[in-house]
Amino acid sequence: MSNPPMPRPEFVRDQVAERDFGVVEQPLTAWERIYGNGLVRKLFILIVLAAVWEIYARYLGNPLVLPTFTSTLQTFVERIANGELVARAATSLQVLLQGYAIGLALAFVFTVLAMSTQIGNDLLETLTAMLNPLPAIALLPLALVWFGLGNASIVFVLIHAVMWPVALNTHSGFRSVSNTLRMVGRNYGLRGAGYVTKILVPAAFPSILSGLKVGWAFAWRTLIAAELVFGTTAGSGGIGWFIYENKITLDIPAVFAGLFTVIIIGLLVESLIFRTIEQRTIRKWGMQH
Amino acid sequence: MSAQGGPLLAVNGVTLQYKTKEHLVTATYRVSFDVNLSDRFVLLGPSGCGKSTLLKAVGGYITPVEGELQMKGQRITRPGPDRVMVFQEFDQLLPWKTVRQNVMFALQSSGRLKGKEAEDRAMAYIEKVNLTRFANSFPHTLSGGMKQRVAIARGMAMEPDILLMDEPFAALDALTRRKMQDELLQLWDGTRFTVLFVTHSIPEAVRIGNRILLLSPHPGQVKAEVNSDGTDPVDASTGMRLSDRIHKMLFSGQHVGQEVAHV
Repeated sequence: MSNPPMPRPEFVRDQVAERDFGVVEQPLTAWERIYGNGLVRKLFILIVLAAVWEIYARYLGNPLVLPTFTSTLQTFVERIANGELVARAATSLQVLLQGYAIGLALAFVFTVLAMSTQIGNDLLETLTAMLNPLPAIALLPLALVWFGLGNASIVFVLIHAVMWPVALNTHSGFRSVSNTLRMVGRNYGLRGAGYVTKILVPAAFPSILSGLKVGWAFAWRTLIAAELVFGTTAGSGGIGWFIYENKITLDIPAVFAGLFTVIIIGLLVESLIFRTIEQRTIRKWGMQH
Repeated sequence: MSAQGGPLLAVNGVTLQYKTKEHLVTATYRVSFDVNLSDRFVLLGPSGCGKSTLLKAVGGYITPVEGELQMKGQRITRPGPDRVMVFQEFDQLLPWKTVRQNVMFALQSSGRLKGKEAEDRAMAYIEKVNLTRFANSFPHTLSGGMKQRVAIARGMAMEPDILLMDEPFAALDALTRRKMQDELLQLWDGTRFTVLFVTHSIPEAVRIGNRILLLSPHPGQVKAEVNSDGTDPVDASTGMRLSDRIHKMLFSGQHVGQEVAHV
């Protein structure tokens, strides 16, 4: 090809000195900072939701159907103050943690088994496919027959509720660990347990963490449902039983206060525990944004 | 055993195969070559010539169906820290560890060094690749070139018998790539480590290697082995530059394959 008829001139330019730029770095305004804070944004959403609730309940004017936000809050504070809700929540949490911990341990064993042998892999896939869709609460009648009217039955259904989703998530996390990282681990002589704890677990941590969250949520749902269906276990009873009792006596604000407790514990666990773990691990490592 | 005098790495008649879902693929067919101490040995060939597969076999990740690979006279059967791999992928660094921890991890996991010693060695090699300032940074905050430098530092800190590099600069931009090649040669000048380097770039092979093995594709077979002094010299007898000669050897077969067959 020939050159175009009018060649353009070449040029070289000097760079603008740094002090001549308008803005290189400048602090954000107060509003930008407030809006940038996730906690503030979420609090704002909660306040709006509470306001909507309050307004609608007042408009409805029927505390038996929907008590106002303020009366719920009042009942909630009263029942916290007299220790009733605290004791109920403690009972529920105790059972919950037992089921959750055992469920996690079993899920981990199953997943490691699945990672180490082909038959273990097939076993886990088949079992999760069969049992994961089965609602834990459907096992409760059976559990009562097997384990009797005690905490053991509830713990059993909790294990079922936690184990399969956690195993499923952990397993898919392990399998999606990049081949390069696996080869790096083996290159430096890692095998067996060292390979799992030093390579697979941290590399699959985003999936594991989401499994832990799902497991936690499933455990809560199952526990409250089990308590509602099955009632008290050893005298005191948990939050589910608290809700059931107050429904019988038509103390609807207390029913709401019970639900409120479940919600608040959920929010606290999410924002204090899971969020902290997330920030200290996968966000810091750049594995999630 | 027979390490004295013999080659550091001996590859004898190695045929490698791997399975995909539908096919059994022969990656290399009866490939032989020797790597001596302090060689910068380059495996060069177009894609599909099995050079990466060959490197993985040296790494101990793949067992040959025929032939044998020997390191210092010992048969290679599994991965080990005497043959450290540097990969092409940027994700070879552990994202949950800082630059310093990544290098220390290698030393500690393999049982080479512990505690303070591991840390000192790690910092020494991080300094060699000019990343001291970033020793406490996490990999995701580094550029691609910096990540590869960390991976090289991690490999070299192990002071392995041989460093296996699988197209380590292929994913970098041309400017960074050129710079990394120079840095690698500088590092080699300092410690004279043995390196087995895989690439599909002829200029890179000519710059990096002192000995270049040319492989033909589908399946990989040895085509030639040539020497290089890094300057791409003009050969007196043929009047061609080394890189042109390599290019001709690698690509002539494809176009005139039929003719060659019945000459």
